[in-house]
Amino acid sequence: MTANSAALQRYRTMRRIRSFEERVGELFLRGESAGSMLHLSIGEEAVVGMAGAMAPGDTFTTHHRGHGVFLARGADPARMMAEIAGKEAGYCRGKGGSMHIADRALGHLGANAIVGGGIPHVVGAGLTYRNRRSGQVSVAFFGDGAMQQGILYEAMNMAALWRLPVIFCCINNQYGMGTRVDRAAGRLAFGARAKAFGLQAAIADGRDVEAVSDAAQGLLAAARAGQPGFLEIDAYRFYGHARMDKSPYRTAEEEAAGRLRDPVLTARARLAAEGQADAADLDRIDAEAAAEMDAALEAAVQAAPPPDASMFEDVFAPGTPAPRPQRDRLCAILSEGARA
Amino acid sequence: MSAVETTYREAIRQALLDAMQADPDVILIGEEVGVYGGAYGVTKGLIEVYGAERVIDAPISEPGIVGVAVGAAMTGLRPVAELMYVDFIGLVMDQLANQAAKSRYMFGGQMGVPMVLRTQGGTGRSAAAQHSQSLEAWLLHVPGLRLVMPATVNDAYHLLRAALVQPDPVVFIEHKRLYTMKGPLDVAVPDGDWGRPVLRRAGNDLTIISYSRMLHESLAAAATLAAQGVESDVIDLRCLNPLDEAVLFDSVRRTGRVMVVTEAALTGSVASEIAARIGEACFDWLEEPVLRIGGEDIPIPVAPALERAAIPTAGLIAEAGLWLVRREAPAWAAR
Repeated sequence: MTANSAALQRYRTMRRIRSFEERVGELFLRGESAGSMLHLSIGEEAVVGMAGAMAPGDTFTTHHRGHGVFLARGADPARMMAEIAGKEAGYCRGKGGSMHIADRALGHLGANAIVGGGIPHVVGAGLTYRNRRSGQVSVAFFGDGAMQQGILYEAMNMAALWRLPVIFCCINNQYGMGTRVDRAAGRLAFGARAKAFGLQAAIADGRDVEAVSDAAQGLLAAARAGQPGFLEIDAYRFYGHARMDKSPYRTAEEEAAGRLRDPVLTARARLAAEGQADAADLDRIDAEAAAEMDAALEAAVQAAPPPDASMFEDVFAPGTPAPRPQRDRLCAILSEGARA
Repeated sequence: MSAVETTYREAIRQALLDAMQADPDVILIGEEVGVYGGAYGVTKGLIEVYGAERVIDAPISEPGIVGVAVGAAMTGLRPVAELMYVDFIGLVMDQLANQAAKSRYMFGGQMGVPMVLRTQGGTGRSAAAQHSQSLEAWLLHVPGLRLVMPATVNDAYHLLRAALVQPDPVVFIEHKRLYTMKGPLDVAVPDGDWGRPVLRRAGNDLTIISYSRMLHESLAAAATLAAQGVESDVIDLRCLNPLDEAVLFDSVRRTGRVMVVTEAALTGSVASEIAARIGEACFDWLEEPVLRIGGEDIPIPVAPALERAAIPTAGLIAEAGLWLVRREAPAWAAR
């Protein structure tokens, strides 16, 4: 029953991610999302296999499409939704948004809006865990776009050189913004690149969360023993780069084929086929996820925006004088008292 | 304990040694910092004392070095990353400006990045255009980065010790021509108000504001001016961001005449920013325009004679000062 429970839990998490992303899309279309950019991870839910296999205390960074990873690591969807809506109640008090969400308590060292920018941070975290013999692992989640960034190779070289507890997890959704991966990479065997640096590398079917989970467990155990790893999750991005992108760079046929094996539906069908859950159980899980995310969406819409004065907070640590507001400066220069 | 005579290089090395002794989380990471002892010898012998886990020789991967330092700082270590020359700052600007400087803010105050990036800049070793720049203005423009440029042996030690307990990222720029300079170091007396500009010489006729090696040219110029009866305040900025302006404004409002001296190419420089601030805040007290004195707006040439001619000298500063105060035009002035 334990194995059943774990698989069912993974399904529940995938379904919550799918519902969350659908509601975030609604938030955007209602004009309630902060900012003009929103990157959804629908189709990439099998990343739960990696995120769910990590231990409490393990840390990670994400990039543009990290909502699912963060939810799988225990994030509160209401606080996430509030952050994406730019509200004070959000994880970053409305200063980060979708692309910069973070939570130190859950080990999220930050989502990053620079492709590959958060990758070396897990190597630094790995250095901390090695020096402290803490047994923790740090995982960088990024897309196939980051496979072409130089910083990835500097980071992989250092992780291998110093035998750090680090995993590089590439969610290959086939597109870096609007450019298909075969137009960006001369060679598509990304695992071979990692192996060339001395990393342990695996590729997993991104429509099969159980396959991802199996691969992840092996890599995590090795990383904890000082053998850094690389996991490619072969997936397909169901929608465009950002919410308003209608994907004119790919055909309807390609999209239909790409969506045919939906990781969420695949997991659901397997649970039913193996008799681990019946349709009523699965429907109940789906309905609970939908209700939870409906509530998160409404709470985010209702939540208060951050106060204007908070704009000047957290540029430097508390105790350092905050930056001077423009109007204060102008008053000091132009008021009669100062010029007398 | 009283002050002992030592070099700027040795003061920095001593600060690293003492900081590593005081805090086991302090690590050094950079190219050649370990076995080689640092390109300028600053970290010599530290790997023998603290081992390769804390004194980490990195490959020639500048963005990786700074990125690793950011991650280590986020998770509890206190890294000192070394960038061999400030000229390589362009390579690391993403990790420094987009990552280290912005994490605290964009994550809503959850995560600071308490790291120090040590580097060195400036002219004087005939190192040509890619190894001689003064790029502090590139960094001054980034909110969230502290920026320190010590000019004296005592500051080299104490400002680095202070940087290593700051909760924010600090860029610490040494001057390549100051490494062999000798001066008194008193490790027992900490710097109570790190970062505040200090008055290095007092006088009521003129204010000269400078930092790093140009402080010494400014002090030499002030001595020349004093011999001719012109007394100058000479202010050492020390910490360029955040900048405590009060010391500057107090002086300028007293003297009414001011020169800001930098070694960097003048256009868009730190001197330009400070001149603008003084123009805004001290307009009614100024007797003359705020003068900026800086490097020529050219890449630094390798020929020693051209390199010397490209940056301000004590002679130039003194001549400009005399002109500003006495209206005595130097020989090179246009008629």
